[in-house]
Amino acid sequence: MSSFEEFFIQLAVDFPRWNFIWLYDDLQADRILSGLWVTVKLSLACVSLSVVIGVVGAMLQGSNSSRVRALVQGYIQFFRNTPPLVQLLFFYFALGQFTPTEVGPDGWTEQPLITNVGWAIIALSLFAGAFNVEIFRAGIEAIPYSTREAAESLGMSQRQTFFYVTLPLSLRVSIPALNNNLVNLVKTTTQAYAIAVPELLYESVSVWNDYPSAQNPTMLLLFLAYLTLVGILVFCMNSWEKSMRIPGYGH
Amino acid sequence: MINWSPEQPIVSIHNVHKSFGPLEVLKGVSMDIMKGEVICIIGPSGSGKSTLIRCINALNDIQGGSITLEGQEVHDEKLDKLELRKKVGMVFQQYNLFPHKTVLENVMMAPIKVLKESKVEAQKRALELIKKVRLDGKENSYPGELSGGQQQRVAIARSLAMRPDVMLFDEVTAALDPETVKEVLITIQDLAAEGMTCILVTHEMAFAREVADHIYFTDRGVIVEHGSPKEFFDNASDPRTKEFLSQVL
Ligand SMILES: Nc1ncnc2c1ncn2[C@@H]1O[C@H](COP(=O)(O)OP(=O)(O)O)[C@@H](O)[C@H]1O
Ligand SMILES: [Mg+2]
Repeated sequence: MSSFEEFFIQLAVDFPRWNFIWLYDDLQADRILSGLWVTVKLSLACVSLSVVIGVVGAMLQGSNSSRVRALVQGYIQFFRNTPPLVQLLFFYFALGQFTPTEVGPDGWTEQPLITNVGWAIIALSLFAGAFNVEIFRAGIEAIPYSTREAAESLGMSQRQTFFYVTLPLSLRVSIPALNNNLVNLVKTTTQAYAIAVPELLYESVSVWNDYPSAQNPTMLLLFLAYLTLVGILVFCMNSWEKSMRIPGYGH
Repeated sequence: MINWSPEQPIVSIHNVHKSFGPLEVLKGVSMDIMKGEVICIIGPSGSGKSTLIRCINALNDIQGGSITLEGQEVHDEKLDKLELRKKVGMVFQQYNLFPHKTVLENVMMAPIKVLKESKVEAQKRALELIKKVRLDGKENSYPGELSGGQQQRVAIARSLAMRPDVMLFDEVTAALDPETVKEVLITIQDLAAEGMTCILVTHEMAFAREVADHIYFTDRGVIVEHGSPKEFFDNASDPRTKEFLSQVL
């Protein structure tokens, strides 16, 4: 046993509320790490999917069909104005009942086709996606109509104009607001705890339920982990923003 | 099939009416433009000049009359507007370049996306056009790094890259410094000399006089008077034309 581990074992003896158990107990360390890994994967999936939803939704909001626009508007209102936790529970418990099941790898048990992790990704992406639609739309509205008109007068279709002109320009306007929303999304992944997704908060709570003496250190770890995750996200977003700067335009 | 031969007008505008809501902006405008001609439309601000040329490439719709391009009705419901716009280039007062693309990319974009040209082919032609508008060396600059006159010449090159049959220019020098107006006018003059059909809205009277084959004077949605530059500038008969000319000359 290393002196590092011995130090924390002794610390737990001297100060019973400060048991950094996952620093010397491999089993607990694995639980925390696997929780962290699930959180990272969950965040990546939700961030990507919610951005795609945002782009597609913003494009559909410019549709010529008023029915499509109304549908997008309804989606935004629903997901923006109801609590994400309730959405998660609704998707998992209400919709989860109606999804087909398949026989699991053991060949015995029936498993739902969409797992709780799947539902968490769907619900959280739809939740954050609703905000992203609005964010991208605001960016698109900041682009002068005349720029779009120039593209169309060159024979570009509406879709080409959107993807090659309007969207790339509007992204530059949207990034700060998008940044905020994605930071919120990463933090909101903790609510998947409610449907037993084994992410970081879930694993942390399991650890301190088994070892109440580890509660304080584990909470500290939680804060540190999210500060780091969000820090990485913000760093990536800022680098992206910088890489998109155009000489002589904006800023 | 459409029977059109180059002896017929390339653009034929007949009794066009256009309203924005209750406001009637064009009240029965007609003009015929032959292939290779340079037409200048002049007239006071608000008289419907921009609206008229925007109707030619269907950026605006019309409520009455007809516009044909090479014999094809422009405002036919069934007409693919994108096909029409391949044949008609348009240059705007505010350049409207794509600010996130370099000069070269601005010129190459439509040929690649719309005409499905290969990148190599599009780039070769884009470089030629950039040279033609005297901007070689600026290929990799962004629009925000160029002067107004340079941006406007990029916009002209961008339109020409689509190999249009007709070019529309809407007060393309109105936003420029006096020093850079000339470089843009020279570019247009070169084009005209090569036989490009050009329809220009302009306030550059000296330019119109020298380059135009035909001048139209519009006021409040009607063509008040038209003729050759000589007839128009020296023998204008309508009092509205006379008054306008006395103010601008
Ligand atoms: N999109 C529009 N909606 C409503 N009114 C318009 C629109 N575009 C132009 N107008 C009006 O039509 C008239 C003619 O405008 P325009 O064709 O731009 O004139 P010009 O180019 O000769 O200055 C003006 O009164 C203008 O306010
Ligand atoms: Mg105008």
